[in-house]
Amino acid sequence: MSIESLIASNQPKSFKFSRENEAEIKRVIAKYPKGRQASAVMPLLDLAQRQHDNWIPMKAIELIASKLDMAEIRVLEVATFYTMFNLKPVGQFFLQACTTTPCWLRGSDEMMRAIKDRYNIDSGETSACGRFSLLEVECLGACVNAPILQVNDDFYEDLDYQTTIDLLESLEAGVPLAAGSVLGRVGSEAIEGATTLASIKSKKAAAWAAKKRSSTNVK
Amino acid sequence: MLNDADRIFTNIYGWGDTGLKGARARGDWDKTAKLLALGHDEIVERMKASGLRGRGGAGFPTGLKWSFMPKEVKDRPHYLVVNADESEPGTCKDRDIIRHEPHKLLEGCVVAGFAMRAHVAYIYIRGEFVNEARRLQTAIDEAYDAGLLGKNAVKSGWAFDIYLHRGAGAYICGEETALLESLEGRKGQPRLKPPFPAGVGLYGCPTTVNNVESIAVAPTILRRGADWFASLGKENNTGTKLFCISGHVNNPCNVEEEMGIPLRELLEKHAGGVRGGWANLLAVIPGGSSTPLMPIDVCADITMDFDALRNAGTGLGTAGVIVMDKSTDVVQAIARLSYFYKHESCGQCTPCREGTGWMWRMMERLVSGEAENYEIDTLEQVTRQIEGHTICALGDAAAWPIQGLIKHFRPEIERRIAARHSIDAVNAAE
Repeated sequence: MSIESLIASNQPKSFKFSRENEAEIKRVIAKYPKGRQASAVMPLLDLAQRQHDNWIPMKAIELIASKLDMAEIRVLEVATFYTMFNLKPVGQFFLQACTTTPCWLRGSDEMMRAIKDRYNIDSGETSACGRFSLLEVECLGACVNAPILQVNDDFYEDLDYQTTIDLLESLEAGVPLAAGSVLGRVGSEAIEGATTLASIKSKKAAAWAAKKRSSTNVK
Repeated sequence: MLNDADRIFTNIYGWGDTGLKGARARGDWDKTAKLLALGHDEIVERMKASGLRGRGGAGFPTGLKWSFMPKEVKDRPHYLVVNADESEPGTCKDRDIIRHEPHKLLEGCVVAGFAMRAHVAYIYIRGEFVNEARRLQTAIDEAYDAGLLGKNAVKSGWAFDIYLHRGAGAYICGEETALLESLEGRKGQPRLKPPFPAGVGLYGCPTTVNNVESIAVAPTILRRGADWFASLGKENNTGTKLFCISGHVNNPCNVEEEMGIPLRELLEKHAGGVRGGWANLLAVIPGGSSTPLMPIDVCADITMDFDALRNAGTGLGTAGVIVMDKSTDVVQAIARLSYFYKHESCGQCTPCREGTGWMWRMMERLVSGEAENYEIDTLEQVTRQIEGHTICALGDAAAWPIQGLIKHFRPEIERRIAARHSIDAVNAAE
C-alpha cells in the first residue's frame, strides 16, 4: 500500500502544538527514563490528533519526530501501524462500530443497518453532511454490553436498531445521550438485576451510582 | 455458589464510589505497608502458595513468574508492566476493574512491584478505553496526593511510581513483548523469546508483565491469606475469577465466581440461562475468541477451570464465555473471528501474515458453501502449519477456532457445500 492512499491529499502547510499541549508534552516525556523519550511517540500522536480535528497531518509527524529525536519514518511507521491514528480527516462524530463475533451475536448488523439507513455510508466513508464518519472496528472489549458503538471517546452499549437511530438523532441535535448502556446498566451487571453482591449493595451506593451516571458524559 | 464475603471485587458493577474514599471503605489500601513488611521474597512465596494462575489467558502461576526476577537490583532497574490492553473478543473484565475498582489495581502494583524490587510500574491500557484511562489517571492522582505512591509509598520507605500509557488500537499489544515494543515507541511486533522479559524486558531491563486481574487480586490474597484463596476453587485451579458472559444468554453479565464452577451453573445462575433454554444451546467459546468452541454435549458437564477445559481440547483463556444458540450461523461466527485475526496480525512472521488472510478467505468460502469437501482438510492442514510456527501465539490463536469448528461442526460445513452444489447443478441445468 502506498503512503498516498493512507494520508490526506490536502495537507496543511504547518503544524504547531498549542501552549497547553506543549506543557502536557513535557509531563508526558517525564514519565519515561532519560534517553527513552521515543516512548512518548504514541501519546504525542494522540495529542496532535486531538488538537487537529481528530486527524494527524504530516507536519505533525515531522514535528513529533524532531521533538523526540526520532527519524520521521519511525514516527510514520507508528502512526500507520495503530488503527486509532487517523491520517485523513474524519467527521465531527467518528462512529466506530464493533462487529466482531460477540457484538455480531447480539445484533451489530442491526446497528450497522441503522447507520447505513440514516447516512447511506459504508465503513471508511463520511456522510454527505460531513459530520459523521463510520469505521467498522475490531473488538472494543465491552462484549457483555454488546453491541457497542464508540462515538469519539464514548462507548454506547446494548444498542439495537431503534436505539442506534435515537443516538444518532441526539448527536445531530447536539444533545448527545449519556454514554454507556442505553438500557441503563451502570456496569456489566445482569440487566434483570445482578445475581451477586446484593448483600453489599447499599441504598447509599445505588444513589451514588445514579448521581454519578447522570453527571458524566454531558459535553 | 460463591458467597459475597469471598468476593474480591465488591464494586465490580460500579455501584459504590470508585474514588479513594470508597475504595478505602471497601478495605483497599488498608495498612499496605504491613504487607510490604513481609519482605520481597515472602510476598512471592505467599503468592505461590495461593496457587493464583495468571488471569490474562495463559494461566501461568503468578508467584512463580514474579520469582523469575533477579534477586538483586544491579545496574539495571526492575520494571512492573501491567497489561491492560484487553482486546480478546469476549473479554471485558479488566475494563470493569479499571473503571470501578482502580485502587485495587494500584495497590496491587505497589505490592507486586515491591515484591519484584521494582520502583516503577507502567500500566499499558488499550487506546479505546479513553474514559477508563481517565478514571484510572484520577485514581493515580488521588493515590499520589494521599502519599500512597511516590518517594515513600504507603509510608513504607519504598519509592514507587505508577505511570499510565495509552495504546492506540492494536490487539497484538496484548502479547507481552509486543506491548514492551509499543511502550518503547515502536510498532507492536513481538520479540523472540528467549531472552525472556524477566531478564531483558522494558528498555532492556528485568521486567514482569502481568494482567490487570492478576495484579488487582494480589493485595486481597495477602490480606486474607494464601490459604483462603487456595481453599476456593479446585486443586491447581484455585481462587475466584471474573467471568464475562456474552452472546445468546438472557442476561449477559460479568460475575466473580469460584474457579471450577460448572459452565451450566454459571450460565443459568448468573446470566439467566441460554436464550430459549438449555436445549437451544449450539456451542460455547469458553475463554475468549482464541479458545476452540465446545458443542452442547461437552458444555453439559464441563467445569470452568484451566485443567478441565484443556482436557476438553479448549482452554479457560481469559474466561470470556461467548454463548451461541441454535439460531447462530456458526461458520460465519468463526469466519468473523478469522477476519479479526487477519486484521490484527502484525505482519512480522510469514505464516501468520499470509496465513491469517488465507484462512479467512477460505472460511468465507465455507460460509457460502462455494468449496469442495477436500478443502476442509486442506484448511485444517494449513492451520497446523501456522500453529507453533510464529514468534508469538497470534498464529495459534487464529488457528484454534477453525480447528474447533472443523472438529465439532464438520457435518454443517459439508452440508453447506452440498447445498451449494445442488443449487449450482440446478442453475446449470436451466
